[in-house]
Amino acid sequence: MPAHETFYEVMRQHGITRRSFLKFCSLTAAGLGLGPEFAGTIAHALETKPRTPVIWLHGLECTCCTESFIRSGNPLAGDVILSMISLDYDDTLMAAAGHQAEELLAQTVEKYDGQYILACEGNPPLNEDGMYCIQGGRPYVEKLRYMADHCKAIIAWGSCASWGCVQAARPNPTRATPIHKVILDKPVIKVPGCPPIAEVMTGVITYMIAFDALPELDRQGRPKMFYGQRLHDKCYRRPHFDAGQFVERFDDEGARKGYCLYKVGCKGPTTYNACSTLEWNGGLSWPVKSGHGCLGCAEDNFWDKGSFYNAVTNFGAMGGVEATADRIGGVLAGAAAVGVAAHAAATAVSRLRSSEAKGAQHE
Amino acid sequence: MASTAADSVPGSQRQPVYVFELPVRIWHGLHALSILVLAVTGYLIANPLSSPPGEASEHFLMGNLRLIHFIAAYVFTIGFAVRIYWGFVGNKYSRELLYLPVWRRAWWHDLIEEVKFYLFLRREAPPNVGHNALAQFAMWIFNVLLGFFMIVTGFALYGEGLGLGSWADAWFGWAIPLLGGSQEVRMLHILGMWLFIVFTIIHIYMAIRADLVSSQSSVRTIINGWRTYRD
Ligand code: HEM
Ligand code: SF4
Ligand code: SF4
Repeated sequence: MPAHETFYEVMRQHGITRRSFLKFCSLTAAGLGLGPEFAGTIAHALETKPRTPVIWLHGLECTCCTESFIRSGNPLAGDVILSMISLDYDDTLMAAAGHQAEELLAQTVEKYDGQYILACEGNPPLNEDGMYCIQGGRPYVEKLRYMADHCKAIIAWGSCASWGCVQAARPNPTRATPIHKVILDKPVIKVPGCPPIAEVMTGVITYMIAFDALPELDRQGRPKMFYGQRLHDKCYRRPHFDAGQFVERFDDEGARKGYCLYKVGCKGPTTYNACSTLEWNGGLSWPVKSGHGCLGCAEDNFWDKGSFYNAVTNFGAMGGVEATADRIGGVLAGAAAVGVAAHAAATAVSRLRSSEAKGAQHE
Repeated sequence: MASTAADSVPGSQRQPVYVFELPVRIWHGLHALSILVLAVTGYLIANPLSSPPGEASEHFLMGNLRLIHFIAAYVFTIGFAVRIYWGFVGNKYSRELLYLPVWRRAWWHDLIEEVKFYLFLRREAPPNVGHNALAQFAMWIFNVLLGFFMIVTGFALYGEGLGLGSWADAWFGWAIPLLGGSQEVRMLHILGMWLFIVFTIIHIYMAIRADLVSSQSSVRTIINGWRTYRD
């Protein structure tokens, strides 16, 4: 069997010049927050290591992750990465179709057993034996399990694969289930967001194939380099938050002055993502910069917490409660006050009765 | 505990008992004050006031509210820790609020009698020197359990501000994924505040009521430490 080709060879076959290749390596090193000396490390790894195939599966999803990915702000990164992955399997991007495409999966399993990365966009619905998502004549969940069995590691793209997202919103009729709850025996790297930022996606995938290692993950399985901070920690409107200057309505003076969007529901204080640092579309802008609060799209259950425009929201997890904490608390406190008043009145009445009774005895 | 012997002694002939030692009384005051400050600042963090005019650099309104919240949080937490310590070294009443003696039949009996009393099924409160079983039950749920919950959720949120890998994140950060994420933890923290408000309303009512209609002192007891009796 011939030695596996390297990433570099594949890129050259796709017409990428050496100059572009080196540029890509330095940009990626910077994007990952590594020093310039790591550009050489990445280049060396891509030149010498056998290419790791990436299989990209689609379950229940809207394809926004792919849309984000192929619009990577830096066209170079997009081209380079696509040349690395589109070869193998991606329903949206590959040339093959039908039986031919499904055959590719079997070939990959045979040739690269235990070596390929499984990138999952979307999630499997589990109700009715997975009948709500059929691909190539069988439930998607079966395909996912089969491919996961033979892979090295899984990337869960976006909030669908990481958390469930809108298709898992209550009452979740199809039982759409995030990857880490279906595949229990393989490392799952969550890259949440609806969609995730292109540079985050290319950064994670390049890190994994260049260093042949998993990025360092936080408690919830997200790469620390991109999900280590809340948007709020790096938001350029933060001085207005600390000063207590808030937008109250989207057409008020505060909105014109660029005040903090907390009171109109910005979820920056509870959302871990790189929007406030990398921004979107190659650093063009991000929601808060355009005057709208963060929806918290990279967080679990963001779709089940009621209005996006309140700071105090409903409870999304644990079955969900369709009332805000302040609403529930206010009702409880009101009930306590009423209860106490009623009990005080009853006490007075009972005292009065007993003293009357005593008085009657004395007469 | 409810002792049948005490039942027969008329209140006016019973000797005053020293129940709340000085550290317990000081703790009670600091605890109440810190909860008040935490609830007011916390409410204003969740529902901020209207914006002060001028440049952001001239103001630090939210910053100060958060700072006061955190200082009060430290008072609350350290006070709680010292109070638990006092439960080990203080008098026998100092332990009552820290655990529930669910294995004692007398305790259950007292609990039922107290509930009957508050439902007007019994005219006189069963006499108790320290806390009665019902009060003890409420104290435990609302102070030990809820207090712990507020400390864990509060310091988990605090750790988010200090950053991943900070001491607060290392000690309490696990609570965030456990409870369903950062926003969820905040909402539960707010709900906890409301439960403290519910407790406070009932607690103050019960204390004043006990003074007015029962045969034992209550509000004065937490001020000077002595439980006195009357008919
Ligand atoms: C009786 C005890 C307490 C009450 C009633 C209380 C109440 C509140 C409330 C209502 C909020 C607003 C939640 C939000 O919208 O973000 C809050 C926030 C917060 N609390 Fe507490 N709290 C208590 C104890 C603590 C403790 C012990 C800590 C520990 C440090 C703490 C730390 C925090 C933090 C870090 C925030 C978020 C502030 C921000 O990031 O802007 N709290 N608290
Ligand atoms: S706009 Fe949002 S992220 Fe920015 S400071 Fe305000 S609350 Fe935080
Ligand atoms: S700003 Fe918030 S809602 Fe918008 S993309 Fe970033 S994490 Fe998602």
